[in-house]
Amino acid sequence: MNLPDDLKYTKEHAWVTTNGKTVTIGISDFAQDQLGEIVFVELPEEGEEFSEGDAFGVVESVKSVSDVYAPVAGKVVELNDPVVDSPEIINDDCYGDGWLIKLEVSDASQLDELMSAKEYAQFLKEESE
Amino acid sequence: MSLKQTPLYKIHKQLGARIVDFAGWEMPVQYDSVIEEHHAVRKHSGMFDVSHMGELLVHGPKAEALVQKVTCNDVSKLQSGTCQYSALLNERGTFVDDIIVNKITPEQFLICVNASNADKDFQWVKAFETTEARVDNVSDQYFQIAVQGPEACDLIPHASLPEKSFTFVQTIFNGKECLIARTGYTGEDGVEIYGRPQDAEMFWNYFLEKGVKPCGLGARDTLRLEACLPLYGHEIDDQTNPWEAGLSWIVKMDKGDFIGREALAQKKISKKLIGIFMQESGFARQGCKIFDQSGEKEIGIVVSGTKSPTLDRAIATGFVLPEFSEIQKEFRVDIHQKKRQAVVTLRPFYKRKK
Repeated sequence: MNLPDDLKYTKEHAWVTTNGKTVTIGISDFAQDQLGEIVFVELPEEGEEFSEGDAFGVVESVKSVSDVYAPVAGKVVELNDPVVDSPEIINDDCYGDGWLIKLEVSDASQLDELMSAKEYAQFLKEESE
Repeated sequence: MSLKQTPLYKIHKQLGARIVDFAGWEMPVQYDSVIEEHHAVRKHSGMFDVSHMGELLVHGPKAEALVQKVTCNDVSKLQSGTCQYSALLNERGTFVDDIIVNKITPEQFLICVNASNADKDFQWVKAFETTEARVDNVSDQYFQIAVQGPEACDLIPHASLPEKSFTFVQTIFNGKECLIARTGYTGEDGVEIYGRPQDAEMFWNYFLEKGVKPCGLGARDTLRLEACLPLYGHEIDDQTNPWEAGLSWIVKMDKGDFIGREALAQKKISKKLIGIFMQESGFARQGCKIFDQSGEKEIGIVVSGTKSPTLDRAIATGFVLPEFSEIQKEFRVDIHQKKRQAVVTLRPFYKRKK
């Protein structure tokens, strides 16, 4: 399982990286592996606003459907359009080219609630027991 | 309740399969890629452990009469060594299960049933047992491996290969007794091999060495859906009759009395099964509601849906009110809170070239 140390994670298996007021969001290696081959991605519109925990998108594999939840509240400022046309990018590179959206964060304090790689690894371990 | 394992469970683990709970069994859902496994079956050959399927043996001098009574197709037409797709219906004419009847001798019928229904089916058929027609649940006495694909039959020695579709042979294969039927659940040519559990690994490894790709339940589902082969709990269930499910061809009303016949004679059709192509993005999945073109009137529900690896597009099946079931009729499917454009299409989605 690849869990880069410089990212933050959620219990819903999203990852987050911060760049000033903007965060980039994707799904974790665990999530893409569980889903299997991803065949469909639906992303929100630019400018849409989400509260923390809102479903902002959908990722589907041949067998299953998974909502993707906003790790923090914010406004969508950028979408990764290539993953809509080629969803398999998420399987190949979930932390790189397979990112999903960028949000302008409305409450930076919510970022403190996210898990470190170590905490997320521990969470996954507990979940599987 | 602990989950059951097939005699091939260890091999699946060794091959790195992802295991899921399916109908109380620990089954491989995929080895490495559902899509690659799917293509292997369409283009070359793939194999499935389907040992979880149930087998019922009906035997005795009146075996045929019993099978004739509990199934809707006509077994009196069958020669020994042939198979028939059929169904167990209840008195309401709706499905207890869909089945394959293998006529071994005039006094011995081996019925292959769904894993999820095996106990229910056994109780159902057992209720009609007499001293002259016995019913045994022999599910534990068989493994079952399906070898499917255009190249599958080339791997079976000529003497052990049933000549035609829906026939079978009882044979010795690599020194092991087995029954090989020219049947399957993928829309391709191929065989299903029934044998003793202790021989399962030998058969599996034989085909593995020949380059047959191990395939899981994921590919089994995409393959059967492309070919529009029904799955209990989806296209058929105890709320659905054969007229509604597009299976009138397995109902022989003139064969004499059988369970469900009286109800079927009323021709009650409250819904029709349709094939669905999405015309907008999104995949229709089981449980998605179907609306008329205006989006205002709810007219049905999706029962199966996936991305078709062969057609590279979203396919689904669903039930709609009969007046909306015409080919080319446009309608909407509610997917992720958005009513998306779809159209009724001809079934099956995939038909192999002969």
